[in-house]
Amino acid sequence: MANHDIAITVRSGTVHALVGENGAGKSTLMKILYGMQKPDEGTITVNGEQVAFGDPGDAIARGIGMVHQHFMLADNLTVLENVVLGSEKAYGIGARARARIKEISDAYGLGVRPDALVEDLGVADRQRVEILKVLYRGARILILDEPTAVLVPQEVEALFENLRELKAEGLTVIFISHKLGEVLSVADAITVIRRGTTVGDADPKSTTAKQLAELMVGSELPSPETRESTVTTEPMLTVQGLRMSDTDSDGVERIVLDDIAFTIHKGEVLGIAGVEGNGQAELVEAVMGMRALNAGVLTLDGRDISRTPTRARREQGIGYIPEDRHRHGLLLEAPLWENRILGHVTERPNSRGVLIDPGAARRDTERIVREYDVRTPGIEVTAASLSGGNQQKLIVGREMSHLPKLLIAAHPTRGVDVGAQAQIWDQIRAARRDGLAVLLISADLDELIGLSDTLRVMYRGRLVADADPATITPEELGSAMTGAAAGHLVHEQGAPQEPAGEPEPAPPAVPKQLAPEETAAEKAGGEDR
Amino acid sequence: MKKFDKDRALLGLAAPVLAVLGGLIVTGLVLLASGKEPFHAFHLMLTYGSKSDSQVYILNKATPYYLSGLAVAIGFRMNLFNIGVDGQYRLAAFFAAAVGGSMSIPGAIQIPVIILTAMAVGAAWAAIAGVLKVTRGVSEVISTIMLNSLAGIVIGYFLQDGRLGVTDKLALTTSTKPLPSGSHLFNFATQTDAVDGFIVFAGVAGLVYWFVLSRTRFGFDLRSVGRSESAAQAGGVSVKKMIVISMVLSGAMAGLVGMSTLLNESYKYSTEFPTGIGFTGIAVALLGRNNPIGIAVGALLWAFLERASNGLEFEGYDKEIVGVIQGAIVLAVVIAYEVVRRYGLARQQRQVGAELAAAGSVQKQEVAA
Repeated sequence: MANHDIAITVRSGTVHALVGENGAGKSTLMKILYGMQKPDEGTITVNGEQVAFGDPGDAIARGIGMVHQHFMLADNLTVLENVVLGSEKAYGIGARARARIKEISDAYGLGVRPDALVEDLGVADRQRVEILKVLYRGARILILDEPTAVLVPQEVEALFENLRELKAEGLTVIFISHKLGEVLSVADAITVIRRGTTVGDADPKSTTAKQLAELMVGSELPSPETRESTVTTEPMLTVQGLRMSDTDSDGVERIVLDDIAFTIHKGEVLGIAGVEGNGQAELVEAVMGMRALNAGVLTLDGRDISRTPTRARREQGIGYIPEDRHRHGLLLEAPLWENRILGHVTERPNSRGVLIDPGAARRDTERIVREYDVRTPGIEVTAASLSGGNQQKLIVGREMSHLPKLLIAAHPTRGVDVGAQAQIWDQIRAARRDGLAVLLISADLDELIGLSDTLRVMYRGRLVADADPATITPEELGSAMTGAAAGHLVHEQGAPQEPAGEPEPAPPAVPKQLAPEETAAEKAGGEDR
Repeated sequence: MKKFDKDRALLGLAAPVLAVLGGLIVTGLVLLASGKEPFHAFHLMLTYGSKSDSQVYILNKATPYYLSGLAVAIGFRMNLFNIGVDGQYRLAAFFAAAVGGSMSIPGAIQIPVIILTAMAVGAAWAAIAGVLKVTRGVSEVISTIMLNSLAGIVIGYFLQDGRLGVTDKLALTTSTKPLPSGSHLFNFATQTDAVDGFIVFAGVAGLVYWFVLSRTRFGFDLRSVGRSESAAQAGGVSVKKMIVISMVLSGAMAGLVGMSTLLNESYKYSTEFPTGIGFTGIAVALLGRNNPIGIAVGALLWAFLERASNGLEFEGYDKEIVGVIQGAIVLAVVIAYEVVRRYGLARQQRQVGAELAAAGSVQKQEVAA
């Protein structure tokens, strides 16, 4: 959605945070600043000079660089190659470029190795490469779009160190986020955006997360916390000895899921924590039947579904809120009512016999739009024209309408505004009371800890640790997510005990417990209290 | 809500109209460059093309074009590019002609047998490409092109005296054994030539195409794969199965392409049997936006242009000028659709945003009041 009456002044040599709920218009504003989109009216002034950007090239020429939320790196190239790609003219592609990369890396403490292959790098390293790429092109103003979304708490701290280095060298950083704790810890100035317009500035020294939240949404932030336990003893989904391998384009086979075993009972939310790319997506695909298993047994409500095709699994009661709704959840160029049919084409009210029932599907779409508060002028508009949050509400409404026994919720509130977030959490909780089993995968550790009855940590395709959501902190979870801790995670005290059958050959380092620091906990968790 | 629908219909029409206009402009420029007067040429085409015998010719030509367009459109709906309609219909017509020529049973049974043979052969030939795609990952574009030339070779092999062909001693041409007169399909007599009866079958095929794609579960699955393979798969569609099935359906439809010629005109397959209709079908399907009525319009336009080219020839124009028009239209169509599609999406996004913003401000005022 559009921006209007945006007024923002960023002083050079500062970290300026731009906060706002998802869909408030932060990204649109950044796209305008980076020349990816043209404003209808208004002016942009850089260093006292009024500018107009036709494309990102103009912005780069003005010293503005952007680090996107989704990295734009070629996996099969080295760091050096990725950095010089597209700006070969600056320092060539050889020794001069390498020297320049080293120079930048050392100056800002980025610790980038020019000859490493990007595919071998972790998420945090990739992000540093992205930052370096932007600096290499001569940027003096860096825009970072939700840079912490993919990082665990420890990595976030390291990133903030880098940002402080940049600031110390006189560079300007514009930092987009909706995580208030982080914003307060790193920013020198804060601008809040709501419904596409700037609603105020805040001084991080004198503002609390709560005040900022109120400025951001005009009301208090919802909490994902689940109050009473509804866990029963009846298993809904049982996964045993699940193993899956993947063959990449070079024909090399790689194990992506290894010896996965868990049970989700009726009324239970099982949360899977983990840095993205550690097998969560593959686990979802395995349970949905979108990829064949190498080994293992899946049992849904007493029936073996290991070989059942996806459609039959859906008919038997698996609901699916996909991680990437554009790729897996919607037909973007189809009207809303056709999207309501997607995935449930064999079920009422969408079809009768082999025929589609467009009338009934349309009526039911109207109902979903009403009950799930999907903001749309009608059901004939294409899914692409809705905002991300409304698309998500439509998907949640669709999946919940078929009364699933098991809901696979992958990042169910990603890119969703605060109001919709609370609503989606409420719906999951309500269905859970009625015996719904939920497999929850999320990068938002507060959501994970708040909603789950049981927590497991996934690392390199294995479930390496478990934790009690009632006592665990995001930091403790974070250390297991980076592989630093394993086994049963206990808050603060006691030696961690290895559960029986733990497949990981015991690493030399004893699973380590981080002493939780109150300040850090507040930082990551503060926004929801 | 009505507003969106009307706008969408207008946008839908905009692309083909723009494309045809673009084609005419390019042609006009070419005519000017070659020192000829474009408007006179266009006028000639219009008058010659609309004469009554021309009308019959256009309908008879458009029938196979329409079926060919439908066959291609089935693939397009799935994001499959079946370039092989050409080979599929020729092979289908050849074997159907051979089967028909070797039998002599009442037409009421034999005609369906011939038609079903053609559909089965077309389907089988197209299925090869589908199976190769899902099992070996071979692009259907490549495999169907190869299968086109293979089809030509297979026909060449069998269309010889002593195999499935018979040689006419006088004309020195080889063809399949002619169909018995009982297997000649009805036609509609007019003051000039007769209109092929197979046009009725083509109409029915269009109706079936529309019904299956937009009213059945299967059609919904097929369209979802075309719109987003990953979303369809997550929604429980077996994408591989759909690829093979839609190739088979496309091939079966392609099998019908040669039937109006076989059952209404030539009654046999010879070296004179029309070729290249499969490629025309691609242009027609593009022009008709995979819509059954749009494809009909595209097929008629194509047939009209071809007929009109004859009129040009009589007046000393180069008939190749029509080829230029057709080529320019196809290019313009591809460009115009993409432009209109993007414009439409962006426009709708803006409209939705604007409507919601308006609704929001009304709500705010209510709260304030």
